[in-house]
Amino acid sequence: MQFKDYYDVMGVARGASQDEIKRAYRKLARKYHPDVSKEKDAEEKFKELQEAYEVLKDPEKRAAYDQLGANFRQGQEFRPPPDWGKGFEFSRGGAGPGGGFSDFFSELFGARSPFGGAQPGGGHGARGFAAAGQDHVARVEIDLEDAFRGGTRTIDLRAPEMTADGHVLVKPRTLRVSIPAGVVDGQQIRLAGQGSPGVGGGPTGDLYLEVNIRPHPTFQLDGRDVSVTLPVAPWEAALGETVSAPTLGGPVDMKLPAGARAGQKLRLRGRGLPGATPGDQYVVLKIVLPPDSPRAREIFEQMKREVPFDPRAGLAR
Amino acid sequence: MTNIDWILEGEMLDESVWYAFADFCAVLRAERPWVLELVEIGLLEPHGAAPEAWRFAARDLLRARTTARLVNDLGVNLAGAGVILDLLEERRELIARLERIERLIED
Repeated sequence: MQFKDYYDVMGVARGASQDEIKRAYRKLARKYHPDVSKEKDAEEKFKELQEAYEVLKDPEKRAAYDQLGANFRQGQEFRPPPDWGKGFEFSRGGAGPGGGFSDFFSELFGARSPFGGAQPGGGHGARGFAAAGQDHVARVEIDLEDAFRGGTRTIDLRAPEMTADGHVLVKPRTLRVSIPAGVVDGQQIRLAGQGSPGVGGGPTGDLYLEVNIRPHPTFQLDGRDVSVTLPVAPWEAALGETVSAPTLGGPVDMKLPAGARAGQKLRLRGRGLPGATPGDQYVVLKIVLPPDSPRAREIFEQMKREVPFDPRAGLAR
Repeated sequence: MTNIDWILEGEMLDESVWYAFADFCAVLRAERPWVLELVEIGLLEPHGAAPEAWRFAARDLLRARTTARLVNDLGVNLAGAGVILDLLEERRELIARLERIERLIED
């Protein structure tokens, strides 16, 4: 297993006071807490931080950890000394979370270590929560087409697993998950029993999968509604022609109202993402001129002469 | 354990999902008094008059889970967690709105 330099993780000196450690935790927790952080790897960073703080905030664990010496470096290959934990008085039951922490932590401070107590579920620690395994949160990115039609996604996770002799190994795990049609951006899917195993017979945690939909070059999403900007020729808008508009389910013919304006929003009911209440599609018209050509110029010149029109008549002068 | 051989079907936490009080506590693995407290301070807003008739939405589940994390990880009290939850929701909505407007301007 690899050595974890908890002081390095927390960005404090080895001689830091308990107060300094607490302050460092508060500062970094604000930066990396997955619920509020904008950092990409916040989840992992926060877990590392929690693990480091779990050891350094507890004077007994910190003293034992310090005995390992300052010679080890982050990531260095490490085996716990055979006399690990000897000569310390422990307050039993103080074992920290097993689920989600590194095997380095589990080996030195986990349930089977001299610091581990028989008390199960030290992990969650939340007031009012039973001794269940930790819930996990994973994110998955899908294309808008998959959100419309549904599909399956393969997700790679790293999950701690208890071996027969009580050690914890972080094992990669692959799940295939069905993504139902009509999932919206930011939607969560709960996979019961796919989190960390419970402690002391507690139930297994759940996996919450957060679905993010990648931006699409044509369609924009607003919940289950989609909108698309549709370029139309001036005469299509003026005459109210029938034009082809893209929708998630394929192109549809759409009759424009005669005299349609640029920026006008037309609704195609029920053409958004499917669901109990299916979303609508909004088509925003964008009037584009034909490419410059002698013939086009000729016709515009003719309109200029023959069509009395002041587009700025309504402006204050 | 590899589950690659079969496809897992999850529960989509959308507006069609409702939990009775007991089920809500079970999914959260929380005790009743804790959930009651969250309702009392308005952090969760179940439909229905009495606890026996309460129905919690998926949004309540996500709010309760985030609250538990904020309280455990950051030592925030429940009132503070409520403020953070509301601000996070507002931020999410504003970011989504901003992205839509930016796209419109680009078009």
